[in-house]
Amino acid sequence: MFGLNKRDFTLLIIVTLLALLAPFILNPFPSDSAMAQFNAGYPDLMQRFMIFGIFAIGYNILFGLTGYLSFGHAAFLGVGSYSAVWMFKLLSMNVIPAVLLSVVVAGLFALLIGFISLRRSGIYFSILTLAFAQMSFNLAYSVLTPITNGETGLQLTLNDPRILGVSKTEGGAIPSSNLLPDSIIPGFEMRDTFTLDMGPWAFQFNTGYYLSAICLILAFYLSIRIFRSPFGLMLKAVKSNQQRMNYTGLNTRPYTLAAFVISGMYAGLAGGLLASIDPLAGAERMQWTASGEVVLMTILGGTGTLIGPVLGAGFIKYFENIFSKINDTVLHSWFNFMPDGLEDFMVFIVHPFIGKGWHLTLGILFMLVVIFLPGGLVEGGQRIAKLLRRKSSKSDGSGDADHHPKSAPHVAE
Amino acid sequence: MDAIFLQILNGLDKGSAYALIALGLTLIFGTLGVVNFAHGALFMIGAFCAVTVQRILNLSYVTVDETQKDFLGNPLKVKSPYVESWFGPETGAAIIDWSVPLAILFAIPVMLAVGFIMERGLIKHFYKRPHADQILVTFGLAIVLQEVVKYFYGANPIQTGAPDVFKGSFDFGVLLGFDPNVIIYPYWRLVYFVFSTVIIGGVFAFLQFTTFGMVVRAGMADRETVGLLGINIDKRFTIMFGIAAAVAGLAGVMYAPINSPNYHMGMDFLVLSFVVVVVGGMGSLPGAVLAGFLLGILESFASMNEVKSLLPGIDQIIIYLVAIIILLTRPRGLMGRKGVMEE
Repeated sequence: MFGLNKRDFTLLIIVTLLALLAPFILNPFPSDSAMAQFNAGYPDLMQRFMIFGIFAIGYNILFGLTGYLSFGHAAFLGVGSYSAVWMFKLLSMNVIPAVLLSVVVAGLFALLIGFISLRRSGIYFSILTLAFAQMSFNLAYSVLTPITNGETGLQLTLNDPRILGVSKTEGGAIPSSNLLPDSIIPGFEMRDTFTLDMGPWAFQFNTGYYLSAICLILAFYLSIRIFRSPFGLMLKAVKSNQQRMNYTGLNTRPYTLAAFVISGMYAGLAGGLLASIDPLAGAERMQWTASGEVVLMTILGGTGTLIGPVLGAGFIKYFENIFSKINDTVLHSWFNFMPDGLEDFMVFIVHPFIGKGWHLTLGILFMLVVIFLPGGLVEGGQRIAKLLRRKSSKSDGSGDADHHPKSAPHVAE
Repeated sequence: MDAIFLQILNGLDKGSAYALIALGLTLIFGTLGVVNFAHGALFMIGAFCAVTVQRILNLSYVTVDETQKDFLGNPLKVKSPYVESWFGPETGAAIIDWSVPLAILFAIPVMLAVGFIMERGLIKHFYKRPHADQILVTFGLAIVLQEVVKYFYGANPIQTGAPDVFKGSFDFGVLLGFDPNVIIYPYWRLVYFVFSTVIIGGVFAFLQFTTFGMVVRAGMADRETVGLLGINIDKRFTIMFGIAAAVAGLAGVMYAPINSPNYHMGMDFLVLSFVVVVVGGMGSLPGAVLAGFLLGILESFASMNEVKSLLPGIDQIIIYLVAIIILLTRPRGLMGRKGVMEE
């Protein structure tokens, strides 16, 4: 269906269901229980899952398929955010033109940078993209202040000349970004949240979240189609042996450039959505640490797999949020069952890894993944599944597993 | 004319830091073929060696001085460092004053050890993996090292002073026949420049004039043949990794008085020193040093007001701009050997 084979279609359905039902799935603990702090079902965090999922899916189209390690993708995200905010300032508070513009602008920017950077490959490509991203970051802070508003970041003000809207609402406030203004049909402003109370649970449904979720589903569908298309096959060929491609008389650069631009547009979409939900854009979104983060997400989830980047983005954003919320008091309550001395000792041991030390945990985790699980979380899942299968076949008494033909590894999951 | 001199001088100290880090990076790349993204973290650890030594020397015990009163009328508590009580007040004060140079002695074994552990424990397993994996694992390591330092020393920059003798500035202008106070240059930066030239000279001499260095150079040229001759080249390369770490660490120790160490200083320098390495040519030691000084000086020229008014914002992007131009026109860098990392 939709031009997908059965397996990919199942995957798409799973992602769709997960995205649409996330407010339920991510909210498993009653809000008055001690476990409530592990709930992720609030709009702010769920939006970030979706937006960074889009960012990572796009990055994976470049890195996963062609193997070109770009260290400058945050620049496209930043450019997307800036263009969306400018659209809000100049045109109207409707998010659709804003997001469209940010995709287009990021795509053009990626075309320019990609055209130059893709002349080199390997580490030189990484350094070139890094150099471009750092240049954009530095310029956004200094010379381009009239466009980017420097360190303060680009914000909406009360005297923006909004052509198709109002500069300020009747109450004198800045109007909020929306799909449809509240005056036509209420409930379509980005920040509108509908809360469903079911006993001790409170499920929150946010318009901004659903907009990002739909974008994610579309982005995911598009990436499956790219992975399965002749174009995607060509990109995989570039990854496995670019030299041979060149020897057969084929110019690979248009293909890699197209992949670069597509992933840049994904980043622009993510940036535009970030700005739609919170109309604010700052240069720090373009810094190279931000580019590093999307690399982490993609690798952690599983490079070159379809679902991996989404998992990686969700994983990192979830633990970033949860780990940084845990503090010593929470730890003490966890280790409460232990004798006093041991309890203090455990808290002392765990303390550096939580709260502000979350990056330490992330760094260690990332190193472990690169060392032991080059295929990321997806490979981890496959290994566990394999192990379970082998165990169950053993318990069947059908002899030792080594004599069975090995099942072929799943190609792109 | 005087402005040009001033900018060259200003570029030298940053250029020396770039050159030292890039030298270490190139040593590692040339010997082991590993792209080490954790090298900036080694620089940062060096700077924190200086902080540590300063803290150790300043360890004090508290005595209550009955003769003096504080503003509440209570007896004054006097802190006196242990060093002063051991070596006498004058020698002790001098030792504390000279804590940064003394930290060199502390940093060399520490950095060698860190280098050995890193190479044997982690990087050894990544020789056969693709460059992307090496970049990623060392990037992860850099995050970890940075966060560990942040945990122990906090996120704020820590002031680490140079010895009193080197405080103040040197009037270069008088020496060259300009008016006084036109070209002034802090003494410590001069020290840093001299120190880094000594280190760079030392590394080159070590590689050029010792048997060990000869073997290492042979290994860089053709690792397999050297191995076939019955020489344990891996062991020598591990030692070179330690030396490269020590070079980065020493660059950090001496840089501490110029720029108060903070936990992310390594990352700040790393990006630039990678650019330096690439501009100099992957695998070329003289290229790394040359490019380091060149880019340092170029950077300070770009921050002149005359240049900035002509091309606004140029000071922020000059290094990246140069890197892009060089990579596109001369992918081997300034002095890169043929066939190293060329695709």
